[in-house]
Amino acid sequence: MTVKIDLKRCNGCKNLDAPRCEKLCPGDLMTLNPETGKAYIRSEADCWDCMVCVKACPMLAIETKLPYTLAYFGASLKPKTGKDKITWTLKNSDGTVETFEIETRF
Amino acid sequence: MKKIDADILIIGGGTAGCLAAVEAKEKNPDLKVVILEKGHIDRSGCLAAGMNAINAYINPGETAESFVKYVRNDARGLIREDLVRSMGQELNSVVKRVEDWGLPILKDTEGNYQARGRWNIKINGESLKPILADAARKAGAEIYNRVAVTNLLTQDGRVTGAVGFGLRDGEFYAVSAKATIVATGGASGIYKPNNDGSAHHKIWYSPFNTGAGYAMGIRAGAEMTSFEMRFVALRTKDAIAPTGTLALGFGAKQVNALGEEFMVEKYADVGGNGAPTCYRTYGPTLENKEGRGPCYMDTTHLTSDDSYNLKKSYLNMYPHIVLYWAGNGKDPSVEPVEIAGTEPYITGGHCQAGYWITEDRGTTLPGLYAAGDVAGGAPYKFVSGCWAEGVIAARAAVEYVMTGSNPDVSDAVLAAEEKRVRAPQQRWDESGDGVSPREMEEKLQSVMDEYAGGIKTFYEISEARLKIAGKEIEKLKGQTQFLIARDLHELNLAHEVIDRIDVAHVLIKHLLHRQETRWPGFTTNQDFPERDDEEWLKFINTRLNPETGDVEIVERAYSQVVS
Repeated sequence: MTVKIDLKRCNGCKNLDAPRCEKLCPGDLMTLNPETGKAYIRSEADCWDCMVCVKACPMLAIETKLPYTLAYFGASLKPKTGKDKITWTLKNSDGTVETFEIETRF
Repeated sequence: MKKIDADILIIGGGTAGCLAAVEAKEKNPDLKVVILEKGHIDRSGCLAAGMNAINAYINPGETAESFVKYVRNDARGLIREDLVRSMGQELNSVVKRVEDWGLPILKDTEGNYQARGRWNIKINGESLKPILADAARKAGAEIYNRVAVTNLLTQDGRVTGAVGFGLRDGEFYAVSAKATIVATGGASGIYKPNNDGSAHHKIWYSPFNTGAGYAMGIRAGAEMTSFEMRFVALRTKDAIAPTGTLALGFGAKQVNALGEEFMVEKYADVGGNGAPTCYRTYGPTLENKEGRGPCYMDTTHLTSDDSYNLKKSYLNMYPHIVLYWAGNGKDPSVEPVEIAGTEPYITGGHCQAGYWITEDRGTTLPGLYAAGDVAGGAPYKFVSGCWAEGVIAARAAVEYVMTGSNPDVSDAVLAAEEKRVRAPQQRWDESGDGVSPREMEEKLQSVMDEYAGGIKTFYEISEARLKIAGKEIEKLKGQTQFLIARDLHELNLAHEVIDRIDVAHVLIKHLLHRQETRWPGFTTNQDFPERDDEEWLKFINTRLNPETGDVEIVERAYSQVVS
């Protein structure tokens, strides 16, 4: 289980005390690489796939990737978090796309 | 060293802890309520990804008493009925409270909650954890994130606070408290999981719930109950997502590879598809063992609209199963969903492993209360039952504070604990040689899987095998001195494995002592394969004898409260 970080998009949340992924990861797995100033995951195998960091990233730079033993390459699931709703875009391996819009709080 | 004085200390800002904080501040706004949280309170613990249902709710036509009867049957006759009833009496008010904080609960056209089975209602709970965290913050609780608690402080048998270390600042924390509520959650990672390698954390229960709350209580001499009622969850294979969504939310039935509805055909006497939870794991486990697997939840009656709504429902809770289906080209309306039993977890939220408590959630150690997954004797809590217990424990803790004064903490005790806590880092700095937390965790899981009734043995135990497990765990306890940690993250992992070993040690005593099979599917005792109410309708408790260091068994009577 792991997340993949798009280093072109990640800006290390420079304007914040700590990057949002580092702040929130329940497994203490996300942190900054001091050399690049960008986020990385300390241990890919220890990720629970809760997608907290994916939802919290202001740059939409993080994507959950299932290990190949569990799922074939080609699909993706991307959330976009709003104030009181979340919108998910699911790309199936056959190329079809589904979107889901769900209320999260009122 | 960072010293903090609190009126009430809450260890763990999760499901139970947040409600405990709010209740304590509402009952007495002058109290200083401190939460120590290992993660970040906004997204820590079991609820990190969210929830799609409340599974303990008194729907119209039901009562706290009918709830007790249901839970008693589900737990095969043995529960603390006083605890389950008092929890049942609080369920609806705590749910209303969280709804008022902003949780979307699905309603029918007349404005009633949408039921999903007898004790369940549907929610859009993706943001459940941030909603609870906001409430705790607004109530005025003082929250310390990224502090891992390693031990309780005690004085003359009374709990006077707790100690731990900061995962970010590296500080050693000492909190002196007039009352303490432990609410850390249960324990995963004791047994080898379904998946390994790069997917070893693809488990159902939070891999970051590592039994800390149990372990600190065991080490402080608290009495623990029912560790032998392990929870083996029936989950979707590979992705290990909950199956209640399929069964209760979408009417899927269990079938084997021959298409037979084996629960209906073979388990009618215990309720068929509505059989106790342990049987719903036992059924497919036996089908697999006897060559009629794989087993499935049959979802092929779903329409493509249903399939869309099913995915939507999982996105609120276990989003990765939706990605799993997409990656594997699976559509639940076209093919059934394969299921599997998980590795055993130790938890008081689904089963009843935990602190032995009074009805007000006081443990056997004065000054210490327990709520949620660490509290024993009251299964079927799920999310709302943990809220209820947080509220009940907080009320008692507030009362206890009224009579107490802030305890002094001895510097010598703190220095000794700080040395114990930092030992793995010190070992790395000084010698660079030893055992990594991951290596020790894998050894523990391998021993427990093979000799203490893991997946490998279809959850079957025997005295001969358990005794081997016991010996190996003793050896592992002796090896914890060789743990190494290169940084604060690894220091936390080191203490997590120490805690897990302490939990496993006690668990084996419980498993050896219960000479019957009460919960087939969770544990089948090959030496004693039948349920024996005459001899074993009672609780098995354990307590560490501080003088000898031995874990001693205490048997406690079952008492029927609801007829």
